[in-house]
Amino acid sequence: MTKKSKLLPIVLILLLVGVVAMFAFKGHIAIFEPAGTVAAKERNLMIFTLLLSVIVVVPVFAMTFFIVWRYRADAAEEKGREYKPNWDRNRVVESIWWGIPCIIIVILAIVTWRSTHELDPYKALNSSKKPLNVQVVALQWKWLFIYPEQNIATVNYLQIPEDTPINFKITSDAPMNSFWIPRLGGQVYAMEGMTSELHLMANEPGMYTGSSANLSGKGFAGMDFTVRSSTERDFSHWVETAKQTRHYLTMDEYDKLAKPSEHNPHYYYGSVAPKLYDTIVNKFMAHEGMSY
Amino acid sequence: MFGKLTLEAFKHDIVVMGGVVTMVLGLLSIVFLLTYLKRWRWLWKEWITTVDPKKIGVMYIIVALVMLLRGGADALMMRTQQALSSGASHGFLNSDHFQQVFTAHGSMMIFFVAMGLMFGIINIVVPLQIGARDVAFPFMNATSFWLFLAGAILMNTSLVIGEFAATGWLAYPPLSELAYSPGVGVDYWIWSLQIAGIGSLLSGVNFFTTILKLRRAGMRLMKMPLFTWSVLNAMTLVIFAFPILTVTLALLALDRTIGTHFFTADGGGNPMMYVNLIWAWGHPEVYILILPAFGIFSEVVATFSRKRLFGYTSMVFALAAITLLSFSVWLHHFFTMGAGADVNAFFGITTMIISIPTGVKVFNWLFTMYKGRIVLATPMLWFLGFVATFTIGGVAGVLMSVPPADFQLHNSLFLVAHFHTMIIGGVVFGYFAGITYWFPKIFGVLLSERIGKYAFWCWLVGFCTAFIPLYALGLMGATRRLDHYDASLGWQGLFIVAGIGVVIIMLGIGLQILQFVVSFFERKWNRDTTGDPWNARTLEWATRSPIPFYNFAELTPVSERDAFWEAKQKGIDLHKPKTFTDIQMPKNTPIGFIIAMLTLLIGFAVVWHIWWLAIVAFLGVVTAVIIRLSDDETEYILPAADVKKFETGEQPA
Repeated sequence: MTKKSKLLPIVLILLLVGVVAMFAFKGHIAIFEPAGTVAAKERNLMIFTLLLSVIVVVPVFAMTFFIVWRYRADAAEEKGREYKPNWDRNRVVESIWWGIPCIIIVILAIVTWRSTHELDPYKALNSSKKPLNVQVVALQWKWLFIYPEQNIATVNYLQIPEDTPINFKITSDAPMNSFWIPRLGGQVYAMEGMTSELHLMANEPGMYTGSSANLSGKGFAGMDFTVRSSTERDFSHWVETAKQTRHYLTMDEYDKLAKPSEHNPHYYYGSVAPKLYDTIVNKFMAHEGMSY
Repeated sequence: MFGKLTLEAFKHDIVVMGGVVTMVLGLLSIVFLLTYLKRWRWLWKEWITTVDPKKIGVMYIIVALVMLLRGGADALMMRTQQALSSGASHGFLNSDHFQQVFTAHGSMMIFFVAMGLMFGIINIVVPLQIGARDVAFPFMNATSFWLFLAGAILMNTSLVIGEFAATGWLAYPPLSELAYSPGVGVDYWIWSLQIAGIGSLLSGVNFFTTILKLRRAGMRLMKMPLFTWSVLNAMTLVIFAFPILTVTLALLALDRTIGTHFFTADGGGNPMMYVNLIWAWGHPEVYILILPAFGIFSEVVATFSRKRLFGYTSMVFALAAITLLSFSVWLHHFFTMGAGADVNAFFGITTMIISIPTGVKVFNWLFTMYKGRIVLATPMLWFLGFVATFTIGGVAGVLMSVPPADFQLHNSLFLVAHFHTMIIGGVVFGYFAGITYWFPKIFGVLLSERIGKYAFWCWLVGFCTAFIPLYALGLMGATRRLDHYDASLGWQGLFIVAGIGVVIIMLGIGLQILQFVVSFFERKWNRDTTGDPWNARTLEWATRSPIPFYNFAELTPVSERDAFWEAKQKGIDLHKPKTFTDIQMPKNTPIGFIIAMLTLLIGFAVVWHIWWLAIVAFLGVVTAVIIRLSDDETEYILPAADVKKFETGEQPA
């Protein structure tokens, strides 16, 4: 085989991938276009980690190409390149490739320890503004958002004021799910009988897509929701409008809502049964014929 | 009488019916072919009752390749659905069916393709490489294989009778509990994995013992070939990890069958316990698959660079480090489950530490090639493809080991792309390298290099086309397992590209099948008569070609690491034995096969709650075991005179 034909497939792959990327690439790279404090820090962390990895990746690729090119049998024979069939150890070079990755991992470990604590989803965000509390319930197959202080609730629609920390309390009244708004920050699982927490903050007004990131049964793919971040005035205005709605999320209404359904449209409730969220979390604590 | 089994179970929609018809026709054509060629007796005598690890290995690989076709068809269906199902279009699969397809794809590929290829190659190579005539427990070995097949059959039965799980390949509760999955799908999943898993555990014990007890005289631990080392580590993991799987599945089965509350959300159960347990098995499982692939690459690189493996001691310690660490990282599969920052950071750091020994291995392979004479045969191409893809996948892995980064990437297509890079680029490429490399040892015929290279390029190009778009989609916020998405997200183009990639990979698989067929028909020209077609280094090549069933006529002690290479250097021809002795060999027995088929019946009966059948089949298993245990003459002596006749080419009477 000639040199040309050996390179050809590689060139073809690169071309193919390039062309395809140009034509197929539409839409946003959500994770690299953060609209929230948490998402921005998470993106920076990813880029830092990637750059750190490049220290190892580039030499690997360069060495692979160089060594294979130089020591492939026909060329190496022809040019009389060195052949050391019994050479199988060298303390110095082996120390280098145990050592350098160790150093990189030590650096990364320190960064990991710090960032994991800083970006702990349970940790409240720093802000001069009073946080907004939102209770999230994953249902089959829609999201219920309860605003306890405003005494309203929504389905598959979440409106939040910009630059205000949002404290989410998340549970599920359905199979395990995962609550994820990529442009605002990372996800956390929603589980029956338990509350998990997430703290996010949007930096600018805008519309973002939220998704259910964990398989939860038949209607799971249609379980995305809309997040709208707006100015505080718009938000208060929206709350007032929602309050006017003549649907009330009573216990009976909730039981109806909790029944499996797919592709639910946005929906508002003007008031919510007291302590609904706690009731949902606690319902798994009791079981027929058992007491705790 | 038939428990939950009614005629309803046989009714399917048109897409499933297509699969059923293909499968039934395939089976019928095999039955017809066997009858037409009068091969039933041959099948029974040579294969079903065999205890020869080489033949068992071949059967493992055949089953794995058939399952690869099934799993590949599933992949093609998934990507077709996702390429079509944007906006107003909902594709050709309904969501329940789509979910069954990806669950089957994952379960098949891990348990029956990757594990099958792995145990196949281990069966063929390990006894030869340590210079032994057999494994430690030949009968148990056969039983393991038949249990593996029984698991595979049970999983495929779900296509024809009833349904399969729609829960994802690890069936997280509470979704997999009766409350949300009342059908038999999850039971099929549980019992096929349970049966295959017990087979794997037995194999683990078997090869662990084989390597520790049956090595050729003089082969101290630090003189073992790297592949054997990698298998020893992988089997250690099997022994520790598979009991966890067995227990976890058993608890889930109890929840579903007798109404316990181990993993339910109510009644005091806890689904998080399941998630922990399944990954305490699941993470080591990944290393069970990849370590032997590392071992294969170590052999391949040294052989095709005509050079000793660089940094042998480093390599052994790297393997041991990976083995130990693999039990301390399972939590990185669920950083998003709400553990505290201390716990998440700890598991993130242990995870990234694994990249150190893994990186060391890559550098040692590169230096094995350095100042060598590199022959770019097909196994070597698979290795180079592995270096390229695995490095990229490794970076993605390190990225996700940082918990806050993982919050954004978890359960996205980025994750899917990452683990496919590791499993296709690492495990699958490794085992394909192994199959190409050792094929002439088993069949005495070299595989067509030309078609092999075409197949490799199809795989590599197809892999890039199928998975680079998934990395991008993941970063765009696409979660895994979506059967439909909104058109405004702009994902459709990339999904179509990914689908084209799957087609290119399928073309590669087609070429590999063609490679086997062509090599079979051209066997007169491709025959290897030397027993050492690659100018290799380790003991498995010190056997004649075609290989005799007792492997080695003479057990010459070894003194060096690359025992066969050193012998060649000293001008000693290990292919020509000087003295002949009586050889003790195990007798063939059908009992392993019988036990496994009865176990298959138990599995089927439990899935459908046909309790009388389960009891009858169980009593059958007990009886078969008692019969086997009361047999005192399970071995026979092959007289020295016969060995001599075999070795000199005469057929003994």
